[in-house]
Amino acid sequence: MPEDPNPKYLTPEYRSSVLRAPSQPLAMPKLGPDSIELSAPVFGPGELAALDSDLTQQHRGAPLGERIIVTGRVLDSDGRAVPNTLVEVWQANASGRYAHAADLHPAPLDPNFTGAGRCLTDADGRYRFTTIKPGAYPWRNHANAWRPAHIHFSVFGTAFTQRLVTQMYFPGDPLFAFDPIYKSVPADARERMVSRFDMDVTEQEWALGYQWDIVLRGADATPMEEA
Amino acid sequence: MSAYGPTPSQTVGPFFAFGLPYSDGPRVVPEWRPDAIRLRGRVTDGEGAPVPDAMIEIMQVDAEGRTPRAVGALRRDGADFSGFGRCDTDPAGRYWFTTLRPGPVGGAAPYIAMLVFARGLLKPVATRVYFPEEQSANAADPLLSAVPADRRATLVATAEGDGSYRFDIRLQGTGETVFLAV
Repeated sequence: MPEDPNPKYLTPEYRSSVLRAPSQPLAMPKLGPDSIELSAPVFGPGELAALDSDLTQQHRGAPLGERIIVTGRVLDSDGRAVPNTLVEVWQANASGRYAHAADLHPAPLDPNFTGAGRCLTDADGRYRFTTIKPGAYPWRNHANAWRPAHIHFSVFGTAFTQRLVTQMYFPGDPLFAFDPIYKSVPADARERMVSRFDMDVTEQEWALGYQWDIVLRGADATPMEEA
Repeated sequence: MSAYGPTPSQTVGPFFAFGLPYSDGPRVVPEWRPDAIRLRGRVTDGEGAPVPDAMIEIMQVDAEGRTPRAVGALRRDGADFSGFGRCDTDPAGRYWFTTLRPGPVGGAAPYIAMLVFARGLLKPVATRVYFPEEQSANAADPLLSAVPADRRATLVATAEGDGSYRFDIRLQGTGETVFLAV
């Protein structure tokens, strides 16, 4: 059986987990073919707008920062494409500030950047976003704590059991070694969260390209759980 | 380990509210439908404090127990039933949905599947909302029967009358909601 690549709920180095992690053992329901947990919502192309996937075109002007293209495939654990599934992203701007009222980091907001997008995967399971490389930012988890630059991803798949919310990182970030959220994942699975720079995705005189594939667990995988 | 090791989960963080919630998210069906129910509740942490930065998602069958296949979870047309809802909590930790009472599937007790995402949760917690009117079906339900008797009630919503149900989520500690490994 593959090892569980997910963090444990209780990860004391990540302070917010201490009062929010469940403390009781998890119940193990038997799922049958009719169990609703093995279904997922179906999204249609008519529910999205073309510009939803271009985070640099959502305002009057162009946002500040390094323009990037982020693309990859959503796959199941057998490597098969997951087509027509909803992929949502949100992120900080180039200065490391979120367009959220509770983000008090004294870095500038960008009136031309909100930082949220979504798209459906194509027949090959491919998604593609044009955006700005997010900045690193400080947080109050511990003294002098900084998050490595990341883009938040939300993916559905074909079953509620495959639902995945995660973060995509950029290669070689010196902050990895200090980040309790990145390090909450078992060491051998951390690299799966790191995109790779790709010259083939990079567009001349326009944008740097990054590739990142997302692998969803098997829909009816035996639950892998901590005590 | 296969070449296709699953991508690990990471927390939704505190700042998802400008990206994930959408105006029709909590309205799985419109309020004006005569068979609409209201499902609401509060998310609290291990000290009983409200969790103002959680996001709840639900997935369910329709009133006849059919698995939804219709598109339209993002842009609702008021007629088709997608079975999916999303609501972020308010500053008091409260969420709400308008939806349908799910029907039975193959004789099992009806329930709504629920996921809770929040800052501090490195992966979502999963639970189920059962209904208090379904006493005999609930008594025969394999999951409810497998849960310790003193915790079973955390999986059953409270009827508030007028088609309204309350389902509080206690992430940790006294009265901790039963969460599922799914």
